[in-house]
Amino acid sequence: MQKLQCDVVVVGAGPGGSMAAKYAAEGGLSVLLLEKKAEIGAPLRCAEGVSKKWLKEMGIEPDPKWISADMDGAIIVSPSGHRFKLDESHAGNEVGYVLERHLFDKALAEMAAVAGATIMMRTSCTGVIKEDGKLVGVYANRMGEPLEIRAKCVVAADGFESQVSRWAGLDTSIDLKDMDSCLQYRMANIDVEPNYCEFVLGSAAPGGYLWIFPKGNGRANVGIGVQGTKCKRGADAKYYLDKFVNEDPRLKDGQILEIVAGGVSTCPGLDDTVLDNFLAVGDAARLIDPITGGGIAHACQSGMYAGQVLVDCAKEGDFSKAALQVYDTMWRDSMEDKLVRNWIAKEKFATLDDKILDDVVLAINDSDIKEVNVYNLLKVIKDKYPDLMSEMEDLF
Amino acid sequence: MIVAYEKCLHCGCCVGTCKQNAIYLNDYILQFNDLCNRCGRCVKVCPVGALTLEVK
Ligand SMILES: Cc1cc2nc3c(=O)[nH]c(=O)nc-3n(C[C@H](O)[C@H](O)[C@H](O)COP(=O)(O)OP(=O)(O)OC[C@H]3O[C@@H](n4cnc5c(N)ncnc54)[C@H](O)[C@@H]3O)c2cc1C
Ligand code: SF4
Ligand code: SF4
Repeated sequence: MQKLQCDVVVVGAGPGGSMAAKYAAEGGLSVLLLEKKAEIGAPLRCAEGVSKKWLKEMGIEPDPKWISADMDGAIIVSPSGHRFKLDESHAGNEVGYVLERHLFDKALAEMAAVAGATIMMRTSCTGVIKEDGKLVGVYANRMGEPLEIRAKCVVAADGFESQVSRWAGLDTSIDLKDMDSCLQYRMANIDVEPNYCEFVLGSAAPGGYLWIFPKGNGRANVGIGVQGTKCKRGADAKYYLDKFVNEDPRLKDGQILEIVAGGVSTCPGLDDTVLDNFLAVGDAARLIDPITGGGIAHACQSGMYAGQVLVDCAKEGDFSKAALQVYDTMWRDSMEDKLVRNWIAKEKFATLDDKILDDVVLAINDSDIKEVNVYNLLKVIKDKYPDLMSEMEDLF
Repeated sequence: MIVAYEKCLHCGCCVGTCKQNAIYLNDYILQFNDLCNRCGRCVKVCPVGALTLEVK
């Protein structure tokens, strides 16, 4: 078995892993970035919507190469078809660009490469190495060749599967109510509004929502998330998405260019994201926003924090859980409040029936709220249906 | 577990959902280990219905 040695081994070259690798390598650490697939960014597992704000915060310069379309706002569609249009200034921070992630993910991995990280493609992590209870690296397989990789710290950035953390000793399993089973068609030759992301609520997507994210020139990502507890037979996501595509006249001449499947967690992050010589970032740490399903920004941010903290730990030569705790605190300070609030809100939304959702969408139309965000939506529901919200008083 | 590979999109939805960590997705191949307790969660959440529990 071939043996390799490095300061940090990062498993998974998605946005989280690439950012962790970039910041660790920039700080002078030797970094191996393992990716099991044959191409970074493909097959796609994403609807590609991101807000503009965080890109700036991360210091990532928007590049037309990986931006498909620039959004002006969002449209919320109620179960009976009421359309509520929000322009960007009213849509909270959720609207921005629709990316081309095939290229975006490669651009981030390139940043890691430029910073000095070594990228190993088609290299699948198969387990962790523990010696006397201490985590000292990972096993991997590179196109049939078994590898033993020893590192001072292992970074789990393996996305929704989140297996590396489990091997290391963290419980990353999620309740069915806290995950969505997703399917998406990248469609061409369709007639949708080019600069508005559309969200369809109600029983057309049990416990989740349907989306249409335009990608310019009659193309869009048309997809669905169905809450795990509402999946009854297998292929529920496909059943509801096909039904929607067949029934919407704007999509009837459309053709599918790509089929995308995936899982999205809708829980508020792991209780623990660090162990001795180990940390988890992005989807692997369950950092997706439970309401929007957006996880690219959080993956990048948590990856950046991880890389920065690893550089500090290297200076002290201390990768213990106590030393890595700084990373855990950093991501919690920046995103945990919102994750928890949106998790509670998601539980509420998932119980609302079509009639109530219709009323709510109509009510926001009539209301004078300045910005439509989760908090304000809940306020509208509270005004109209105080009983429904009684157990959620602490949110206000 | 019976895997309909002609349906499977290698999305990992089943892997992340399994409480037993009984599934491993090596790029294109799903491997199931002995930890599987036949709970059926993976079967339900597969977006395209590629999984079926074997009849015992
Ligand atoms: C259908 C769908 C729609 C979505 N839409 C949006 C959206 O519109 N906006 C948004 O912000 N987010 C969206 N998300 C979520 C978003 O895709 C994720 O939050 C984001 O990709 C997380 O980045 P990551 O780096 O943590 O994980 P990933 O991007 O999943 O990267 C993990 C990487 O690890 C690799 N890997 C896994 N296991 C191993 C192993 N054992 N060895 C080596 N490599 C391994 C994988 O191949 C993968 O490349 C969506 C998700 C889905 C499923
Ligand atoms: S959830 Fe279904 S499509 Fe996805 S990897 Fe598992 S079997 Fe394949
Ligand atoms: S049946 Fe349950 S235990 Fe077995 S592989 Fe599927 S989810 Fe895991």
